[in-house]
Amino acid sequence: MGYNWNWGIFFQVSPDGTYTYLQTMLLGTAWTLMTALTAWMLALSFGSIIGVIRTTPFPWLVRFGNAYVEFFRNIPLLVQMFLWYFVLPELLPREAGNWLKQLPDASFYTAVVALGFYTSARVAEQVRAGIMSLPSGQRMAGLAVGLTLPQTYLYVLLPMAYRVVLPPLTSEFLNIIKNSAVALTIGLMELTARARAMQEFSFQVFEAFTVATVIYIIINIIVTYGMRRIEHKVAVPGYIGSAKQVAQAPVH
Amino acid sequence: MFKDFDFDVIMRSLPYLFYDGMTFTLMLTALATVAGICLGTVLALMRLSGFPLLSVPAAGYVNLMRSVPLVLMIFWFYFLVPYIGQWLSGASRPIQVGAFMSSLVTFTLFEAAYFAEIMRAGIQSIPRGQIFAAQALGMNYAQTMGYIVLPQAFRNMVPVLLTQTIILFQDTSLVYVLSVTDFLGAASKVAQRDARLVEMYLFAAAIYFIVSLLASHAVWRLQHKIAIIR
Repeated sequence: MGYNWNWGIFFQVSPDGTYTYLQTMLLGTAWTLMTALTAWMLALSFGSIIGVIRTTPFPWLVRFGNAYVEFFRNIPLLVQMFLWYFVLPELLPREAGNWLKQLPDASFYTAVVALGFYTSARVAEQVRAGIMSLPSGQRMAGLAVGLTLPQTYLYVLLPMAYRVVLPPLTSEFLNIIKNSAVALTIGLMELTARARAMQEFSFQVFEAFTVATVIYIIINIIVTYGMRRIEHKVAVPGYIGSAKQVAQAPVH
Repeated sequence: MFKDFDFDVIMRSLPYLFYDGMTFTLMLTALATVAGICLGTVLALMRLSGFPLLSVPAAGYVNLMRSVPLVLMIFWFYFLVPYIGQWLSGASRPIQVGAFMSSLVTFTLFEAAYFAEIMRAGIQSIPRGQIFAAQALGMNYAQTMGYIVLPQAFRNMVPVLLTQTIILFQDTSLVYVLSVTDFLGAASKVAQRDARLVEMYLFAAAIYFIVSLLASHAVWRLQHKIAIIR
């Protein structure tokens, strides 16, 4: 192949004048992780709320939850990101829109919000599936011993449901890390964007992409290993097989 | 809020959006789905074959594809495909391929990993007795798979495969990073040219929403239809 490999490129100073290319890649990794973790907190809280209200006995809440999930699942993430970044500031009152546009790190906040809401719909599906997989006797028992409906969810249903859906939630967490790469379209300098920038400045395409790929794989392995340990720790005795009852949706 | 809206820009650009943009998107989705399912089935068969020489590379490939972002893979193949073309054809210089060809290769190879996992689940859902029965009748591996296992596995997995196709349809919007004129790319180009970002992106979102929603409801109905038969 007519390609000149040059791995030493990583120790050369990048055009920003302070960091080597390797350091810029590591900075990108930090942005990727920060974006994914912040968005994950948003996704987990909103997803749990929506997932729970879709299993409540109130038809209007269920309908709202269904509409929420359909909305965020049926628009591509990239389009959603453009909606938050380009469209939302224009639809707000002028002062609020200008404030949003001039926000420092606007692309970071936008990426977090877009990724968070997008993933929350998927988390909501998993949480709902987890609650539905529990025997209906659990809810009845909770109510029968005098717990209110919120208490039944908090102390009876959710602690079990989260354990059941831990494996699919792990893959959603891995997805949010990978999906954060989409934020390069709105200017977030995360890992893929750094690899792309390095390719543009140094012309060492394959070195840049190889290192980015390896970093993503390492993150993936660490997260998978960590989640497996958590799974093991929180497993309910005699209930280990419960994780297998929830079908894992083929998403990425 | 909508008083400054210019709906006319959407009307004016409709032919461009759908004739140029949506055609690209749908063509890419359809071809990548067919090619991805074929390659994915081969990968699934390799992974389940029991020969480490076949199963280990297949598993490695699937895990690799599933642990990196699609955007990064799009960049990878955009630069790699010319070199692969050079290697395959023995040309003296990297071969320039169009954006469509490059996207098609990317999506086929990327989605094949996901289709492989679906087909693997489908094959594993077939009772083992059926394979024994086929072998007892004197069928060889190709006959067992081709006539007995794969038709059933495929049929069981049709709803899941179609759901993955809807995801693929949404994912094709990411070719935007190569400045390709797919549906979103077309909308984005009009938006930039006429400075009508709000209208064009809202319209694009609405179209993606409607298509995906209708498709997923069709899949849902098909799933229930199949479920009644068995």
